[in-house]
Amino acid sequence: MKVRTLLSAICVSALALAAVPAHAGATFEAVKKKGFVQCGVNSGLPGFSAPDEKGVWKGIDVDVCRAVAAAVFGDANKVKYTPLTAKERFTALQSGEIDILSRNTTWTVTRDGGLGISFTGITYYDGQGFLVKKKLGVKSALKLSGATVCVQSGTTTELNLADYFGLHKMKFKPVVYDTADETVKSFEAGRCDVLTSDQSQLYALRSKLAKPDSAVVLPEIISKEPLGPAVRQGDVEWFNIVRWSLFAMIDAEDLGVTSTNVDQMKSSSKNPDVKRLLGVDVIKHGLGVPDDFAYKIIRLVGNYSEVFERNVGAGSALKIARGQNALWTKGGLQYAPPFR
Amino acid sequence: MAAVPRQPDLPPPAAATGALGWVRRNLFDSPLNGALTLLAVYLLYLVVPPFVEWAILKADWSGTTAKDCSRAGACWVFIGVRLNQFFYGFYPVAEQWRVNTCLALLVAFVVPLFIKRFALKQWLGAVLLVVYPVVAFHLLVGGHFGLAHVETSKWGGLSLTLVIAIVGMVAALPLGILLALGRRATNMPVLKALCVAFIELWRGVPLITVLFMSSVMLPFFLPEGMNFDKLLRALIGVALFEAAYMAEVVRGGLQGIPKGQFEAAAALGLGFWRSTILVILPQALKLVIPGIVNTFIALFKDTSLVLIIGLFDLLGSIQAANSDTNWLGFSTEGYVFAACVYWVFCFGMSRYSQWLERKLHTGHRR
Repeated sequence: MKVRTLLSAICVSALALAAVPAHAGATFEAVKKKGFVQCGVNSGLPGFSAPDEKGVWKGIDVDVCRAVAAAVFGDANKVKYTPLTAKERFTALQSGEIDILSRNTTWTVTRDGGLGISFTGITYYDGQGFLVKKKLGVKSALKLSGATVCVQSGTTTELNLADYFGLHKMKFKPVVYDTADETVKSFEAGRCDVLTSDQSQLYALRSKLAKPDSAVVLPEIISKEPLGPAVRQGDVEWFNIVRWSLFAMIDAEDLGVTSTNVDQMKSSSKNPDVKRLLGVDVIKHGLGVPDDFAYKIIRLVGNYSEVFERNVGAGSALKIARGQNALWTKGGLQYAPPFR
Repeated sequence: MAAVPRQPDLPPPAAATGALGWVRRNLFDSPLNGALTLLAVYLLYLVVPPFVEWAILKADWSGTTAKDCSRAGACWVFIGVRLNQFFYGFYPVAEQWRVNTCLALLVAFVVPLFIKRFALKQWLGAVLLVVYPVVAFHLLVGGHFGLAHVETSKWGGLSLTLVIAIVGMVAALPLGILLALGRRATNMPVLKALCVAFIELWRGVPLITVLFMSSVMLPFFLPEGMNFDKLLRALIGVALFEAAYMAEVVRGGLQGIPKGQFEAAAALGLGFWRSTILVILPQALKLVIPGIVNTFIALFKDTSLVLIIGLFDLLGSIQAANSDTNWLGFSTEGYVFAACVYWVFCFGMSRYSQWLERKLHTGHRR
């Protein structure tokens, strides 16, 4: 009888522990106390997060984490990375193993509503696209009826593909592989006419071909994949810091502030928007981080354009055009609320 | 009676001796064998020359960036540039001597065990099993004696593969022996039931599930803020998993010992533990050396599964290197390199087991 009482007591307390909302409002304090940001990233995705020769993590998703560290500590290197697989990522965030999930994660309604996490913004507007052999002479995805399509298994990519071809009453034959490497090898070997994946990755896959010029990326994008960082739900303080770290980079590009001219702008700019952004004119933003956190981010990490070009754009091997990721003033979708 | 002069012995016909004779006897002694030989030669012709051309003749060996590679053949520059990472993972360069020291110590302890007439073998073995792990742990983790602390998340590459494999092997063998003995303990039904349950539970799930449970599910059951090391979780999972397999291998050996041996040991007045340790186990383990090494080789290769919980072992660090934008498109080189390294280790283990079998062979071979 006693054993049973003890057992049920243990069960009840375990349930009680599980029911406590995760770290309500405590992440920022915990991060400051331990002295670094624990950031969940992809274990290897070209341009988004991958370790370089020296073991230093590089990529757009990595730079988001660096920006948050710059905002909180004034030091972009105070980040520790946890490489995560697609399956592990949400648990790692929910269980408190990481502070930010910055791992090319698509913002969807079910993830916002059902997973206990909140997306703070959009670092990259992605969408599923097609890579075809140039010699096929296809200019539009609507001409792909009857094609064999190489696709990675177990991803939303596979479902989107079926949706798109079904919607346009076209026939296709999927050839399913487990990894991106296998997909591109079989595309190269001619086992399929078309390769489909998120557009950001199509460029990376294309540059893996022996002759990258032999294939083209079609203009159609068949799905919306807004990728952004996420934090635990209910921790508004931390949510705001992560959200405004990204906004600071976008606003900096909007105002023409770069990592190279930021010091000069800080001392001589007459533009009140720039002055507020860089903390010259102190605004009581109430985020809990220093008044000039945006200045630190821009100086140590760069503005959005610099981050984009260095990791996936012209300054990288991927050479992805800004497209939807251009600023709202240049026909794109990147837009950040003002600093005031 | 005229004596017939003795003729000198003729040499065997030229077609039956030397290389030609060997070829006729072994490769073309029947039409079927001849056809198979030709087919095999043709297949080798299809595979080997292009591979040699790719891997050696047209390969690029020196350089520092992807631009130094012509892409006509293999680009070994990729491996060269990343070699440090493939071996040490993210272990800080200034601290890598600690990994080297651990390996050197291991070699220094293991090599004397191979020398036939080394007097202190048993002591050395004990030191290797008891003292060495403690020393190696403190050396690798650090945090004491002026050594900087290196978190396990920085470990990686081949050294992580070795850590997981060695810990798995060292923990699995004794645990497996105990489980096997427990499973055969018919006079202790509770213990037996526990051992059977443990073995069947762990053998019934794939390793990938064990790793996944340890890394994804376990944090949910732990109280807030209690987060114990990811590598430790993986190590415990691997060790328990392999122990279950090892138990069944050892049980096979125990079943191969004739009943007379147990009875003879009992007749000499040996109790359970002494008869087991002195009479039964030495014979049983010798019988199942191939099975034990088989499990070890499988374990060594299974270490690559830790990739799914975000630990970068040898294969993991190669795959991570494949997604560096400066080095896109060299995955083949990476995988060939990984295959070579895995092969060297597994082949080494297999040769060692054969050597051990010959050494311990005492005329009981069946």
